[in-house]
Amino acid sequence: MYDDQRLIERNLSAMETKISAKGVDVYYGDNHAIKDVNVEIQDKTVTAFIGPSGCGKSTFLRCINRMNDTIDICRVTGDIRLDGEDINDKRVDPVQLRAKVGMVFQKPNPFPKSIYDNIAYGPRIHGLAKNKAELDEIVEKSLRRGAIWDEVKDRLNAPGTGLSGGQQQRLCIARAIATQPEVLLMDEPCSALDPIATGQVEELIDELRQSYSVVIVTHSMQQAARVSQKTAFFHLGSLVEYGDTGDIFTKPEDPRTESYITGRIG
Amino acid sequence: MTDATMPTPKRASLLAVDERTRKRNAAEARFKIYGIVAICVGVLSLVVLLAAILSNGIPAFQRTVVKLPVTVTPEQYEAAESTLFKTKEYEGLFVAALSAELTAAGVEADLSSKALERLVGKVGNNLRQFYTANEDQLGQSVVFEVPAASRIDRYFKGTLAVENITAENRFIQPQDLDVAEAMKDAGIMATVFDWNFVTGVDTGVDNPGGAGIGASVLGSFLMMFVVLFLALPIGVAASIYLEEFAPKNRLTDFIEVNISNLAAVPSIVFGILGLAVFIQYMHLPQSAPLVGGLVLTLMTLPTIIISTRASLKSVPPSIRDAALGVGASKMQAVFHHVVPLAAPGILTGTIIGLAQALGETAPLLLIGMVGFVARYPETFLGGLEGPNSALPAQIYNWVSRSDAVFTEKAWGGIIILLIFLLTMNIIAILLRRRFERRW
Repeated sequence: MYDDQRLIERNLSAMETKISAKGVDVYYGDNHAIKDVNVEIQDKTVTAFIGPSGCGKSTFLRCINRMNDTIDICRVTGDIRLDGEDINDKRVDPVQLRAKVGMVFQKPNPFPKSIYDNIAYGPRIHGLAKNKAELDEIVEKSLRRGAIWDEVKDRLNAPGTGLSGGQQQRLCIARAIATQPEVLLMDEPCSALDPIATGQVEELIDELRQSYSVVIVTHSMQQAARVSQKTAFFHLGSLVEYGDTGDIFTKPEDPRTESYITGRIG
Repeated sequence: MTDATMPTPKRASLLAVDERTRKRNAAEARFKIYGIVAICVGVLSLVVLLAAILSNGIPAFQRTVVKLPVTVTPEQYEAAESTLFKTKEYEGLFVAALSAELTAAGVEADLSSKALERLVGKVGNNLRQFYTANEDQLGQSVVFEVPAASRIDRYFKGTLAVENITAENRFIQPQDLDVAEAMKDAGIMATVFDWNFVTGVDTGVDNPGGAGIGASVLGSFLMMFVVLFLALPIGVAASIYLEEFAPKNRLTDFIEVNISNLAAVPSIVFGILGLAVFIQYMHLPQSAPLVGGLVLTLMTLPTIIISTRASLKSVPPSIRDAALGVGASKMQAVFHHVVPLAAPGILTGTIIGLAQALGETAPLLLIGMVGFVARYPETFLGGLEGPNSALPAQIYNWVSRSDAVFTEKAWGGIIILLIFLLTMNIIAILLRRRFERRW
């Protein structure tokens, strides 16, 4: 069944922990959406969250940069640490946290502004550039890292919303990179894209691994197998199994994981 | 897969229309007819309305005048200024010029003081005012445009009942009309566009033809200025706070419901509130555009808040997520991204609110803005706190006067009011087109 998958070489020795979550519970009103999740996410690694719809993987992802704060009825308990610092500490301003932990959303959501302004917005509000030349440099670098520079370099003033779906998503990735984050969260970044655009984004994710800790939520097990080194399987709000991607897909320990990856549940 | 037996499908030809389909199609056809009838009724009433307004209102923009070249020498000026009844002397000069013109045109007319008054009213003061202000024009030929008497004016507009004129009528005599016709043929009398109606001020019953709507247009403008200046910032700030920042709880629900209720409160209630609070309690001046503006602000606020909230709501949440995701604060996300996207809706709502306020009459009656305003204010602030009227209130005022000329003026005022409303709506549409963005 996995013959068509290109399993990436995995070299996970001597990796340090970037994010550590202990006993995380999330409630939406009375609904207990995440139940006691414990996970250690490593630096310079792509970690995939897989699981059936509604299993809480996106919700958990949104805990990591406190995007759940924006939902009134959502309540998060437990301990999530970024580089050993509690992100839910009273002294932590979510704005600073989100500058460190960038996010790419399921649907490409460029601002209805020019391509240049889309990228420059983050650096501007965080004061990362002292002058126009520096800002230009950040924009170019981010677009290059987002693997979209060649396609848009001649029309930086064109609206970002005028790009194709795949280009928009890479623009959003470039926008997330522009604020120089340490962690990049991706919530099903390829679900709205066609296979070619998906391939481009996946390649990009693999490159980003050099500098960032990437956490990707995906519905596609093939995608998880292709891009990630670590995989976490969520089911009904619980983290069922977490380990090296190769192990999860070839010799899962939990029967539920096996059922899911062989297509019997989900 | 299931054990339950499926009913076997009925086989029917696609070419034959079955009973259910026929009923469904008939219902749809009926509904379309209802829709077309409804639209026809609407369009017909609009046409009737516009035709009535235009046919009744356009004469208000025209005026019959007597065009007469007059030459007054410095000696005549000196002589007239040294007498006791100065305007009488000037009237004599006017009559002399008029009779010369009439003789040249071969028109015979009685130009006694009374007959002249029936034709053009009292003209002496017009001449005197002109020459005392422009002494350098003495000795030269000056063409005076003197408005004809209102009954002559109405005669040419076809609104005077000629058969009812008797010899006892002191305003008009049957022979006056013949003279007027002859003067018109000779080119001494003409119908011109009445700028005075657009720019002038209200007049008393003795000079209905001279009444203009300019001062009340200014009054309306001053009120709109107050409304825009107060309602836009307060309304937009309130709705941004309620929509983006306020916690969702019972208190904000309560506020929300009550804003919707306020929008439905009859305007006369706002008028009596303004009378009690602004005039009786705070002792602000009566009949002032400032107070009118404050009352209309209260009335417009719910409209602006509701439309602003609706347009803020329509901004897709993905834009907020995107901004928060790159580390913008809540306020940055709102002011950099959400508000600019909602701006066309906010502007449209504001302009529609203003248009509504512009046409509002009832609250103005209560705060006394139906006063008789015979002069323009001298300063901007004086205009705000001095007594003035407003377009709809002026129209209401004119309709209630007995002279038919005022009724005609009221129709003309309605045309001006409609032009303003139309302009505002067009601006709203243009702004929406201009700023609308896709995402």
